[in-house]
Amino acid sequence: MADLAIDPRMELNPPLVQGGMNYADVTEKISTIVEGRPPKQWYIAMGIAVPLALLLFACLGYLVATGIGVWGNNSPVGWGWDITNFVWWIGIGHAGTLISAILFLFRQKWRTSINRAAEAMTLFAVACAAIYPLFHTGRPWRAAYWLFPLPNEFLHMWQNFRSPLMWDVFAVSTYGTVSALFWFVGLIPDLATLRDRATTPLRKKIYGLLSLGWRGSATQWRHYELAYLLLAGLSTPLVLSVHSIVSFDFATSLLPGWHTTIFPPYFVAGAVFSGFAMVVTLMTLARWIYGLENLITMKHLENMCKVMLATGMIVGFAYGTEFFIAWYSANQYERFIFLNRAFGPYAWAYWSMIACNVIAPQFFWFKRFRTSVPAMFILSIFINIGMWFERFVIIATSLHRDFLPSSWGYFRPTWVDIGTYAGTFGLFLTLFLLFLRFLPSIAISEVKGVLHQQVSAAHGGSH
Amino acid sequence: MLEALLSRLGLPGYEPEAARQKIYGVIGDFDTPEDLLRAIRTARAAGYTRMEAYSPFPIHGVDEALGAPRSPLGKIVIVFALIGLSAAVLLQWWTGAVDYRLIIAGKPLFAFEPSVPIMFELAVLLSAFATVLGMFHLNRIPTYYHAFFNYSKHAGASNDRFLLAIEAGDPKFRADEVKLFLESCGSRHTEIVEA
Repeated sequence: MADLAIDPRMELNPPLVQGGMNYADVTEKISTIVEGRPPKQWYIAMGIAVPLALLLFACLGYLVATGIGVWGNNSPVGWGWDITNFVWWIGIGHAGTLISAILFLFRQKWRTSINRAAEAMTLFAVACAAIYPLFHTGRPWRAAYWLFPLPNEFLHMWQNFRSPLMWDVFAVSTYGTVSALFWFVGLIPDLATLRDRATTPLRKKIYGLLSLGWRGSATQWRHYELAYLLLAGLSTPLVLSVHSIVSFDFATSLLPGWHTTIFPPYFVAGAVFSGFAMVVTLMTLARWIYGLENLITMKHLENMCKVMLATGMIVGFAYGTEFFIAWYSANQYERFIFLNRAFGPYAWAYWSMIACNVIAPQFFWFKRFRTSVPAMFILSIFINIGMWFERFVIIATSLHRDFLPSSWGYFRPTWVDIGTYAGTFGLFLTLFLLFLRFLPSIAISEVKGVLHQQVSAAHGGSH
Repeated sequence: MLEALLSRLGLPGYEPEAARQKIYGVIGDFDTPEDLLRAIRTARAAGYTRMEAYSPFPIHGVDEALGAPRSPLGKIVIVFALIGLSAAVLLQWWTGAVDYRLIIAGKPLFAFEPSVPIMFELAVLLSAFATVLGMFHLNRIPTYYHAFFNYSKHAGASNDRFLLAIEAGDPKFRADEVKLFLESCGSRHTEIVEA
């Protein structure tokens, strides 16, 4: 490994695995996180996450017991925080799939240290998102019959498949399922590593069952690698379709502010933008808690900052395009809705969105900010806030002043709205912390593959 | 208990003790992927044909060295993709235009365009399940037992060791000879492994 340091290429392209680690070190470093007792920070984080998750269940219980009137949704704003939060959480998930699938197809080796945690984040974000469509029905135990075409005794009818809301049900449930499959397939070889290292009978049993008898034979790897490639190939159009279809919920309506063809690409870019922000927030924390600087290197973090800069610019461009088209359409309702967005009663939300989504990522033009962990942590939080405001602005400002001024209104969230949203963070964090505690948070076998290429390249190999 | 029951059924991997071969093969243990590849090539040159390599990550070139065929998984998946696609068309057409005809906003009862999203989603969903379950089937997992785990240092294959097994099914297989052969290839720990 010593010759890595003098290789001039490494100046431009620093190694993805640092600190002179070998294969056994990689196994050791990642496995001990799961095998040892968690550090104090983990308990502190759990201490915050679990009460918040309990708050979520309390709010949902209250909602089911009382009715969805406990939310602030009312005429004219019939879609409030529920769908805002749904779209926001779904968007968060997109970075995980982008990292695991699209960057895999583009052979971006730097994805290997962060893909596992980002995929886990996807799953937990989709779980948080799914709460909203499930509970907005008011009777979640019957929701399956309303959402899916299941034969039953009491509806005597089928879903309306011409509605984008049905497309959304299929898109989100497929997305959640495929992400879970992809994630589990990636985990199998690493679970086998944990099984082989297990010392207690319980661990041996659990990791033994979960790893399905994986042996790492050449035959198994051959089918496995093709399966992984196929899943990446399937997930790539899938992830692009999910937020496109989410945007159809709005775009296929006739409401000014929603009825626009720019929505699918604009939503997908926004989803990737917010998703990467969330990955940076979580990875800088995980890296700090567990000391993973040699595996999640500054190069990984800097690349993610560049993705945020690029997608942030796309989102900013989309905001500008919306205003241009509103003016160019010469449609007075369309013009009104956009002027109302920027200068009406929700101007505070609109300008918060612009500050967080358009101005904040501009700092990433400078290497100083791209390579500073505190700076990217703070900026990533701003971006998460900004992307929440984006969804809120699109939903609330388009609804609150409709064609009849006598029915104009102003949306105010209730304490249940706020409690539920805060609670989803609790659920998300709890699940993520449990994941860090019990499953390998970095793809062990993939990191070793990258390390192998790095070592062969250093020895003048042909890679 | 369970194992005894499964073995009575004679499921693959659970055959009665008598039906099992006594020896799985000989396994050798190598330091690097390059050493493993060299050993595979030497073994092939020496006339061995039934071999299996074990490694903590997929190694570029092992399949070629072993002369393994391409994985047929892609063909399985395309079939299920088409099933998903057709199922989505049938579902939307039958529920909307046959079983429960309801005119909404003057739209046709069934049309191709609004059916595309669900056609796409179901094709992807079924393909993903076919990929994972197909891979499981081809890899014969989940499995409760495999002779490979009788090798005392099998845990190395999920850590930092690169193993080569020459299996008992090989026409040239003679346990003692194979053991000496693998040692001559540079194996650090060679063992005759029971089935």
